[in-house]
Amino acid sequence: MAALVVRDLAVRVGDKLVLQDVDLELAPARIHALMGPNGSGKSTLALALAGHPAYAVVRGQALLEGQDLLPLPPEARARAGLLVAFQNPPEVEGVKLREFLRLACAERGQGFCEFQKAFPLALARLRLQDFRDRELNVGFSGGEKKRAELLQLYLLRPKVALLDEPDSGVDVDALKLIAEVIREMAEAGTAVLLITHNPRLLTYLPPAQVFVLLDGRIAECGGPELACKIGEEGFEVVRR
Amino acid sequence: MRPQGARLSREFVERLSWEKGEPAWMREHRLRCLAIFEKLPMPRFGPDLSALDLADLTYYARPVEPVRSWEELPEELRRTFQALGLPEAEQRALAGLGAQVDSEEVYRSLLAELRAKGVVFTSMERAVREFPEVREYFMRVIPPEDNKFAALHGAVWSGGTFIWVPEGVEVEIPLQAYYRMQTEGVGQFEHTLILAEPGSSLHYIEGCSAPRYSRASLHSGMVEIVAKEGARVRFTTIQNWSRNVYNLNNKRAWAYAGARVDWVSGSLGSRVTMLYPTTVLLGKGAATENLSFTFAQEGMWLDTGARAIHRAPDTSSRLVARSVVQGRATSVFRGTIHVAPEARGAKAHMECSTLLLSPEARTETIPVVRAETDEVELGHEATVGRVSQEQLFYLRSRGLDEAQALSLIVNGFVSPILKEIPWEYALELRRLLEMSFEKAVA
Repeated sequence: MAALVVRDLAVRVGDKLVLQDVDLELAPARIHALMGPNGSGKSTLALALAGHPAYAVVRGQALLEGQDLLPLPPEARARAGLLVAFQNPPEVEGVKLREFLRLACAERGQGFCEFQKAFPLALARLRLQDFRDRELNVGFSGGEKKRAELLQLYLLRPKVALLDEPDSGVDVDALKLIAEVIREMAEAGTAVLLITHNPRLLTYLPPAQVFVLLDGRIAECGGPELACKIGEEGFEVVRR
Repeated sequence: MRPQGARLSREFVERLSWEKGEPAWMREHRLRCLAIFEKLPMPRFGPDLSALDLADLTYYARPVEPVRSWEELPEELRRTFQALGLPEAEQRALAGLGAQVDSEEVYRSLLAELRAKGVVFTSMERAVREFPEVREYFMRVIPPEDNKFAALHGAVWSGGTFIWVPEGVEVEIPLQAYYRMQTEGVGQFEHTLILAEPGSSLHYIEGCSAPRYSRASLHSGMVEIVAKEGARVRFTTIQNWSRNVYNLNNKRAWAYAGARVDWVSGSLGSRVTMLYPTTVLLGKGAATENLSFTFAQEGMWLDTGARAIHRAPDTSSRLVARSVVQGRATSVFRGTIHVAPEARGAKAHMECSTLLLSPEARTETIPVVRAETDEVELGHEATVGRVSQEQLFYLRSRGLDEAQALSLIVNGFVSPILKEIPWEYALELRRLLEMSFEKAVA
């Protein structure tokens, strides 16, 4: 059974219809890719599924293990098991990374002792040992923000992870680390959707399935070879 | 005295003095204050006080007789004090405790060992009759000419505490007073005078609350502190007055050479608060720290501030304020640092940060820094932040609801101040914050 089924989704921002006729299925323990040029609606899809108030769902369904997420507030979607790693997470002054994650883990039903054990391990895994008491994303470099997003998902163990450009602004070493952690998450059962317009990440993490988003619609859907083709020839392949 | 009769008049003031069995000097002082009150104008700055009808207040109420143990209190009040955790705190964390309802004290206790060391912790009325030192200092630190509400207080004060800490005695556990306004439309005017002899130390905590009524009531207390050479006094106030209370206070300290006076103020309630604790640094090397936390919610105007007056060399002051504003509310911080010509080598630092939780929230910071010598180190910073929708959504997208997200952000913002507050109060503050977010979100 699919972890997430999106059916006939249409999303409006202001007066503009940004997504329509979006259908996709994500399988547990699998890596999927959502590709598309800038402005094609990739981030909109992730944020709309997470429940961002600026993105109005016009129609459609998003079933997480059969439960429609779209009528739920953002926190209930997260508690149900859908999490987004943000492309540009905001800085939140005064809120310590540790304090925040402790609360979030508790909401996902993880006990305090479990968190006490898991948190230092996760920090070490993402090479963020010095960030334990830092304020959430405050003064983090681009690459550090990406790792901190992944740290959160790694600890919160979502059923569905939507990773919005986890590779942008990241150096080669960190890219390998990020790829390893994502692979681990998938192996542990998470349905992963990698959102990217850059095929380089996909050479580290070959996706089982590739969706291509053009002008707010799923224009093409295929196996890993589709990512290779786009890597070589660009999105023109799909447009034709 | 019956409440109906307790309207403001010369006759009332004379009767109040007579019933309290006061010496003539206090009776004259009251009448002089009344005359000054009648001459002085209402404050010409800050919040709107037009809904406060001074002619309509009850200036004296004594709904409860004093008791020797909590059990003797009327059931309802006993439950209130229990819910506030007073009897428990008295057992566990306090060296002494006084509780006042409306105009009179209802309960007071002090550890025997402190009494044995000569510490005096008694009602202001008794102190006026029995301690000659009181006459020397009573409303000398804050004279009635200072402002209309200081003068009003001087005329009608009732209740409050006198504390005298003998030379070299360190009171290690805090003393506490609790003020409750119970009667509708009442005015509460307790007077607190603290004399800390050379080398002594004291931490005093005040808590305040009231049930909510539709009629306005007035709390206009006065606190005077005299910290002699090398003494240390810390004065903590946490007020959670209900939304019909006008909380217009006067608090001032004199710090002699090497003395230190710290003010910690948490303002969470009231309809209007005007509160500007002041330290006058009179002796070489005297120091003061003033920490203020305000949480202004829908319909409130919290006008707070801090003043440090440097009148001696090598004195130092640090004024720190954190304000959170939610809904249609106003928070104003007035910080004054004045360095007199003789205060060479003074150091003063002021910082004020505000966090706005709603688009309608209003804030203003009014710093006044005047240095009359060049040999001075001054620092000043002010910031205003706003919780953005992006931040809220981000935290919610990780599974926190809006109330949790807000209280996480606000707790982080105020934590530098909460660290300075006794932990029971810090806990209570956090709880109040969380409750108000749950309410606001619902």
